[in-house]
Amino acid sequence: MIKIWLAEIPPRGRLYLGLLLAALLAAPLFIDGYALSVLVLVFYFAYLGQAWNIMMGFAGQLSLGHALYFGLGAYTGAALYVHFGLSPWLGMLAGGAVAAAAGAAIGALGFRFKIGGVYFAILTIAFAEFTRILFDHWLWVGGSGGFFLPVTGGRGGNDLLGLRGSPTMFYYVWLAATIGVLILCRALLSSRLGYFWLAIREDQEAAQALGINTFRYKIFAVMLSAALTAFGGVLYAFYNNNLFPSAIFSITRSIDMLLGAIIGGVGTLMGPIIGAFILTPLGEALTVLLEPLRDLGIKLDGIKQVFYGLCVVVIVVFQRRGVWPWLWRKLGLDGGAK
Amino acid sequence: MSGLVVRGISKRFRGLQAVKAVSFDVPERGLIGLIGPNGAGKTTTFNLIAGVFTPDEGEITFNGRRLNGMRPDQVCAAGIARTFQIVRPFGELTVEDNVLVGCLHAEPDVTAARRSAVAILERLGLAAKRNQVAASLTLPDRKRLEVARALGTKPKLLLLDEVMAGLRPTEVDLMVGFFREINRDTGITILLIEHVMRAVMALAQHVVVLNHGEKIAEGTPEQVVRDPAVLECYLGEEAV
Repeated sequence: MIKIWLAEIPPRGRLYLGLLLAALLAAPLFIDGYALSVLVLVFYFAYLGQAWNIMMGFAGQLSLGHALYFGLGAYTGAALYVHFGLSPWLGMLAGGAVAAAAGAAIGALGFRFKIGGVYFAILTIAFAEFTRILFDHWLWVGGSGGFFLPVTGGRGGNDLLGLRGSPTMFYYVWLAATIGVLILCRALLSSRLGYFWLAIREDQEAAQALGINTFRYKIFAVMLSAALTAFGGVLYAFYNNNLFPSAIFSITRSIDMLLGAIIGGVGTLMGPIIGAFILTPLGEALTVLLEPLRDLGIKLDGIKQVFYGLCVVVIVVFQRRGVWPWLWRKLGLDGGAK
Repeated sequence: MSGLVVRGISKRFRGLQAVKAVSFDVPERGLIGLIGPNGAGKTTTFNLIAGVFTPDEGEITFNGRRLNGMRPDQVCAAGIARTFQIVRPFGELTVEDNVLVGCLHAEPDVTAARRSAVAILERLGLAAKRNQVAASLTLPDRKRLEVARALGTKPKLLLLDEVMAGLRPTEVDLMVGFFREINRDTGITILLIEHVMRAVMALAQHVVVLNHGEKIAEGTPEQVVRDPAVLECYLGEEAV
């Protein structure tokens, strides 16, 4: 299986991949806590970008409301843990199921009534927004005052099964999740299902004429994308230990999730990961660089978003397909950028 | 009754009667032509058969199964594949992957389906271009790709919508030869819409003529081209 998986990667690509992986595995030994927290953020975005990419990049269905699935996962996992002491890994299954069900419902609504493209995207925003309002008023999970996970364990006491531990542990968890989804996506893209998704993305009517039940396959793409996003939500909840509806379900979160994929290359395997590696450190660096200004009393709230917006403009103008297809050629890995 | 049976189908779009009480048969293993001037309702008839539209009246059956109300993918599953007059390639996919998608309908295993796809591309003379993205093909090649993709689904009935438009006469002859060959070898039934009379005359055993949504004549190609009603709609009244 692994052999087949590696076979299609050119030798030089395998070398780069191996070196990168070794560097990432060893990274926590050499970097300080701040750099590690940035790397955690990188993989947080890489993972979520990949999940979003399944729906948009593979099946061609635009979602601007992925914060919904993220939040449903985060709250489900956290609530089951706080109220019933359920393990976060089981909470992940529950959260994934809840998000997949929500995704199926929204997808069914949109696809049944032939709401496509931008209109479907608006529908996804609407659902994320009124779920935010629901959670703002749902006191069982803290309402707008926030929902908090008890901080136990602490440094040194890494408990992987309970997802309680140091940032280093979470770094490896996010890294593993990102690699896991990368392998999953690669398997999907070379499967019957993956080809059907690509056909739907390219031309729905032609796909249907070739016998593809487009409704069913689109729903499945939404469900899978939603479930994976929800897994990320649970990880986030246990890493962050606090959840506020206004932040969890916000449109900003939905947009942040897809920026990496757009910068890196929508529909490509590595795009969301590359995009996260470019955007997150740059955004953090900007914050650090502008700190002196803030000390002088010049407020620059939202400057990161402005910067991300500029990045998108640059990409759309100069490399519409994203950085990865371009990088792939520059690295001499030609032979079908995927 | 085996084959495709179309009985009294009509389709109206707002004020426009696109197809009006059209009936014809496409017997199994047949090679049938559907001709008529622009706007005659040929493509609408195809779309009614392929499940894109549902007829307002009338009935379409294929090997005894009623097709009315089926979705396009269900019609495909019933053994009918179609090409699009305005080609619809999966632009960002390679030529081979385009055909592969069709083949995956009949052959769920990707490796086996890929083998079938390559074989079809070889027969249609597209094998050399199989690693190009479909968006880079010329129009005649895209027409060929439409045919290849439809054939990938292993249909019993193939609906061809002007696949020879824009081809040079020698290419038309090659395509005609190809369709005749697969009809003879695999027994596939073909219903073709075609403006290229050279192809219709050479290929069709039986021709149905539509004008303003109605059937005005049918018969062998020789009969049809001598029919006064057909001459009138193609050449104008004075010519008759």
